[in-house]
Amino acid sequence: MEEMKVRLEAVYKAINRLKKLDQTSEIKEEISRFQDVAEKLEIQISSQLEAWDKVQLARMIERPRARFYIDKICDEFIELHGDRFYADDQAIIGGVGSIEGKVVTIIAQSRGMTAKENMQMNFGMPHPEGYHKALRLMKQAEKFQRPVICLIDTPGAYCGIGAEERGQGAAIARNLFEMSTIKVPIISGVIGEGGSGGALALSIADKIFMQENAVYSILSPEGFASILWKDSGRAKEAANKMKLTAQDLLKYGIIDDVLLEPLGGAQKSPDATADSVKQYLIAQLDTLATINIEKLVQMRYERFRKIGMCL
Amino acid sequence: MKLKGLIKRKYAVTTKGNKKREVPEGIYVQCPKCKKSIYRPELKKTLGICPHCQYYYPLSARGRLGMIVDKNSFEEMDSDLKSSNPLEFEGYEEKLEKYKEKTKQNEAVLTGKATIEGQEVIIAIMDSGFMMGSMGQVVGEKIARAIERATLDKIPLIIFTASGGARMQEGIFSLMQMAKTSAALAKHDANGLLYISVLTDPTTGGVTASFATLGDIILAEPGALVGFAGPRVIEQTIKQKLPEGFQRAEFLMEKGQIDAIVKREEMRQTLAAILRLHQKKEVR
Ligand SMILES: [Zn+2]
Repeated sequence: MEEMKVRLEAVYKAINRLKKLDQTSEIKEEISRFQDVAEKLEIQISSQLEAWDKVQLARMIERPRARFYIDKICDEFIELHGDRFYADDQAIIGGVGSIEGKVVTIIAQSRGMTAKENMQMNFGMPHPEGYHKALRLMKQAEKFQRPVICLIDTPGAYCGIGAEERGQGAAIARNLFEMSTIKVPIISGVIGEGGSGGALALSIADKIFMQENAVYSILSPEGFASILWKDSGRAKEAANKMKLTAQDLLKYGIIDDVLLEPLGGAQKSPDATADSVKQYLIAQLDTLATINIEKLVQMRYERFRKIGMCL
Repeated sequence: MKLKGLIKRKYAVTTKGNKKREVPEGIYVQCPKCKKSIYRPELKKTLGICPHCQYYYPLSARGRLGMIVDKNSFEEMDSDLKSSNPLEFEGYEEKLEKYKEKTKQNEAVLTGKATIEGQEVIIAIMDSGFMMGSMGQVVGEKIARAIERATLDKIPLIIFTASGGARMQEGIFSLMQMAKTSAALAKHDANGLLYISVLTDPTTGGVTASFATLGDIILAEPGALVGFAGPRVIEQTIKQKLPEGFQRAEFLMEKGQIDAIVKREEMRQTLAAILRLHQKKEVR
């Protein structure tokens, strides 16, 4: 693996050197040969990514985040703020927009692409008021009969004094409870990290997707290793045991679809990635619109009811 | 002096390597809070409450059941469900066996139908002595079935919570039990039925973030620690000491998170009264 990465880097260097030369037909041919080699290496590397590598990709600062997708996917988007009780949680973006003319409510956990943004958004870790805002906007979507799209990207709900005082557990629980019966289609997708109850609180949906290098788990690998082995340093080992990749969760039927990313990860070609998310959402919105809503809500119930139905 | 030595020895034996402070064996026990010694038969009389400082010992699910429901009224449900090991986690099956042996329960929750002062209820009682009351697939399934039975029979539901949260060894499958139980409660709720949740020490993590906090009426035992994140995790995150009493029942009450704090000796009559006040009027 490491060896392949070194080779890939050498190939890219060679391509760059060649590009600086006079572009004769031989040189161009040489470049294209190297590019073929690079692509083959990229494919090999991506097919051998371990769960822990994906955790790293999901956390990469360059990875496109919710705000980018909303801007790219929507023809129009109006952000709506606040939970009407306490505050506007910057870790969750909410609003109404349209995708190719289809009006939807979008609720997205928001992480920054710079250190400063990340501070402002609390690294995508919502407080109770974030979940209250999300629920308010989902109820609004139900009133106006428009589907809800949730983008999941959080290490987990925030752990702090204020979060506890204002009922972090109750806020998450209320979302699980209410989302299970909301009478509009809901699509949720993990675009980065899907960490614990804080991610689940926006994931009670009719269609659940994950991007190829996203992860979704009961707790961060660090937290998991810390609880089970009293050693958060064993996070890599934990990640590889936890079955947290999109491919694992698809196999278990926890999610419905995996959206491919460009070779090397979404950050390599953000526009193309956004387009794949957009096309997926359009197709799913069309499909879900054909299903009777009572039936859809019953199917949503059964989807979760059957997980761990013991014999 | 001789007696003191005896107390000490018993204490050392019963608590060694075991942070869960269930009523230990032995004639005398030492209270983990005030450190005074308690004559064991006395502890039974006080329902597991330290006579000196009112510390609440955790109760086994069966022990608590006996304090709440009418004698001989309990019909247990799903005592035969078996946990699986979906992540093939090393040592997990052995661990489960050990706890089954220790608690004589199939899992960390006891469920069934019973009466309280003659009023029918479905009752679920979590047992922190079984892998810290953690919720894996069987706990989630037993609770979901209990809720669905209450919905079907159109009767109230009472859940006593005591849990360290979702069970790590079952990974994402444990997490999904939060969704499953909450959705089942939504159906019970939609039928106009009463759900009382009783929070006992400790209730944290995935259980707090699902059925524990969804009661129409939420009660708590005095001093019970209830939170989403455990105190240790919060201290690590914010890098400061937490104030005295943080996340205790009295704190939750002050912050508006629960309806009432009910002493152990008054729990049965309080539940009976709430049930009485929610009895369906006869349809004429
Ligand atoms: Zn005491």
